[in-house]
Amino acid sequence: MNFDFSDDQKQLRDQARKFLAEKCSPKAVRVVLDGKAPYDKELWKGLAEMGFLGVAIPEEFGGAGAGHLELCVIAEEMGRANAPVPFSSTVYLAAEALLIAGSDAQKKKWLPAVASGEAIGTLALFEGKGNPSPKNIKLAASGGTLTGVKKPVADGAIADFAVVAARTGSGGRDGDISLFLVDLKDGGVEVKNLTNLDPTRGQAELTFNNTKAEPLGAAGEGWSILSQVLDRAAVLCAFEQVGGSDRALEMGRDYALDRIAFGRPIGSFQAVKHMLADMYVSATLARSNSYYGAWALSTNASELPEAAAAARISATQAFQHCAKNNIQVHGGMGFTWEFDCHMYYRRANAMALGLGSLSYWEDQLIDRMRKKNAA
Amino acid sequence: MNFEDTPQEAAFRATARAWIAANAPKQYEEELRKSSLGRTQLKNANILEVAKAWQKRKADAGWACLHWPKEYGGRGSSPIERVIWQQEEGPFGKLSGMFIIGHGMCGPTMMAFAREEHKRTYLPPLASGEKVWCQLFSEPAGGSDVAGLRTRAEKDGDNWVINGQKIWTSGAHYSDYGILLTRTDPTVPKHKGLTMFFLDMKSPGVEVRPIKQASGASDFNEVYFTNVRIPDHQRLGEVNDGWNVSLTTLMNERMSIGAGVSTGFPELFDYCSSLMLDDGPAIEDRAVRSKLANWAVKASGLRYTSMRAISALSKGERPGPENSIGKLVAGSMIQDVATYALDLQGAAGVVSGPEDAELAGRFQAMLLRAPGTRVEGGTDEIMRNIIAERVLGLPGDIRVDKDVPFNKIPTKGRG
Ligand SMILES: Cc1cc2nc3c(=O)[nH]c(=O)nc-3n(C[C@H](O)[C@H](O)[C@H](O)COP(=O)(O)OP(=O)(O)OC[C@H]3O[C@@H](n4cnc5c(N)ncnc54)[C@H](O)[C@@H]3O)c2cc1C
Repeated sequence: MNFDFSDDQKQLRDQARKFLAEKCSPKAVRVVLDGKAPYDKELWKGLAEMGFLGVAIPEEFGGAGAGHLELCVIAEEMGRANAPVPFSSTVYLAAEALLIAGSDAQKKKWLPAVASGEAIGTLALFEGKGNPSPKNIKLAASGGTLTGVKKPVADGAIADFAVVAARTGSGGRDGDISLFLVDLKDGGVEVKNLTNLDPTRGQAELTFNNTKAEPLGAAGEGWSILSQVLDRAAVLCAFEQVGGSDRALEMGRDYALDRIAFGRPIGSFQAVKHMLADMYVSATLARSNSYYGAWALSTNASELPEAAAAARISATQAFQHCAKNNIQVHGGMGFTWEFDCHMYYRRANAMALGLGSLSYWEDQLIDRMRKKNAA
Repeated sequence: MNFEDTPQEAAFRATARAWIAANAPKQYEEELRKSSLGRTQLKNANILEVAKAWQKRKADAGWACLHWPKEYGGRGSSPIERVIWQQEEGPFGKLSGMFIIGHGMCGPTMMAFAREEHKRTYLPPLASGEKVWCQLFSEPAGGSDVAGLRTRAEKDGDNWVINGQKIWTSGAHYSDYGILLTRTDPTVPKHKGLTMFFLDMKSPGVEVRPIKQASGASDFNEVYFTNVRIPDHQRLGEVNDGWNVSLTTLMNERMSIGAGVSTGFPELFDYCSSLMLDDGPAIEDRAVRSKLANWAVKASGLRYTSMRAISALSKGERPGPENSIGKLVAGSMIQDVATYALDLQGAAGVVSGPEDAELAGRFQAMLLRAPGTRVEGGTDEIMRNIIAERVLGLPGDIRVDKDVPFNKIPTKGRG
């Protein structure tokens, strides 16, 4: 058994960590946080040059053709660095949707542009409250055009193209949903920025009004493609969350060693030690569940849906747990804008909602476990 | 990343599997499979006898204590082969409960510190289950604070004379031998005046009194020592170096990864899959699903954490203090799971007799045994200290008695 990343993959992780430590300091993240830029363009370009954006994209479409395990280790580092770039929208969602369902022409048009950093992509799925479900999709497709409103759409204001879930049938069934590709630079979509929990990754409202769109995948297949995309993204996001958890734990640990109260480092108080130990425990469980997800993703195993849901839940909980207790360990300092703790707290809580909330994934997990047990 | 055996591992697994298929006491398989924490009993057989017979059969064929050297009754296997064996042994591994302390702690301590002739005499019958060992560390005054123990050993010619009391000693009532930690010098700080021995539990002056546990069972004991004589050649390690010897014992516990800790989750999931609540199947209830999902990811998190540890083992790395998380997480989880399973039963959850209770009272038994899991082998708090100090590098607790001679430490409340 070798339930671990290979030496090459670990090397790639080190390389990504080093690169991000240099190019994505908390100071750089703050430029976006403070609203001075919608995302870090320099960093985005650098990521493209390093080959990180196209790491899981096949060579014939301009990528590095490595694979999903490689993408997992990079994702972890993106989360650790709290990178203010549209990585998850573009790479986990839009590119994966294209890889799963795109025609050759669609892949040729968009994937090389993703890998080179020229095109930012996103998935337009949600329409206000609610979790992923065919019933919650009202935006309608007819005669090659889309009409309706999507929100929130992650990185929607900076994206060049969107994969849009639209209704092509009248019921609430899976088969009533189809996917479309929309070139957002064509001007047919009205874009509004939304204030959100984590300004380092923007959210937008997209209004489609008889907007031209081309089908992505077969009509009526939208929901089945989407579930696959969401499962893959759940694993990849879990790695970002694991990276974020580790970083929050590390920050808390370092501060606990440094800060003196009552004549000794606060890390010598058992209440603080135990809080940090519990953070370690949840981060470790999340990491292990995520490794299982990575294995399932990279081998396209039939266990992927269950593994993805487990990774999603575990990593979401861990990141929320570590991020909130990191502030607690920091005391009042942790609650200042000046300290970086809140950036991880924001990211943890925003990420907890992005692919459907925890309760949605809890439901998914139990359904999938039942199915497996019945089989 | 993969879960596959190397060719050698696969060959080893195949051999182990074939031998188990041909030799295991199959008639108990179903019952063992269904047994869980707090309820590992056989209806129509004495489990101690079945366990001893299975252990002996393994030993005769070279499958006992796999990672021990052959000359001491083992097989000379690699740590990973031991894990593979545990996986293949499956529910029959539940028969090893009474041997865990002997095989996991006493044996390795003997191996590291006993004289060669003693190793050759005592270890093979320990491996084969013919002789059972216990660990006599805890005392009323020294549990978490093991080094606070007060049982005295005084030199008398070639012998040591032992007086004092141990407590919570698992299996002492059916043990043949034990390893014993004593105080040999009360005038130095507590860690510096301890010495370790092994002894025959039938020695004159040893009195074992079973304790009735909170669960109602009697698996552990008080052990009293009145002028018990132990020959000096049964000393393990140097005089007053017993603390270091005991650390070896405790560190060896960590090697026991891989068998999988029980969390109660599979039992709960099965239960909820068939249980009907007032307004429908439990598994379709939103609140039940949320609880299940939360425990599911803890259980799978532990499972894959141990797979990571096994992978590290197979690369020749040693298990570190991070492996303390298994017991920490599983201990309170199994308690919560059992509580919840009873909650789902409503008023009927209170009935615990196997004849009348749901599922023969397995969750009731689990509930009553669980508190002990959180205490034995180091409490939750001690486990958190280990993680905080040895994994995260936080400062050790302040120890006011560290440099004080043992006999000058205030003794209020110490039994
Ligand atoms: C089922 C079972 C089987 C056992 N088998 C054996 C055996 O075979 N051989 C043997 O030698 N012993 C055995 N023990 C004893 C076991 O190792 C001790 O009970 C355990 O280490 C706790 O010690 P204690 O009972 O003295 O509790 P105490 O040490 O008195 O602890 C009481 C409470 O104080 C807390 N506490 C103590 N110190 C600290 C600290 N530094 N920081 C924070 N909190 C602290 C504990 O966590 C606990 O909550 C067994 C116990 C049980 C329950």
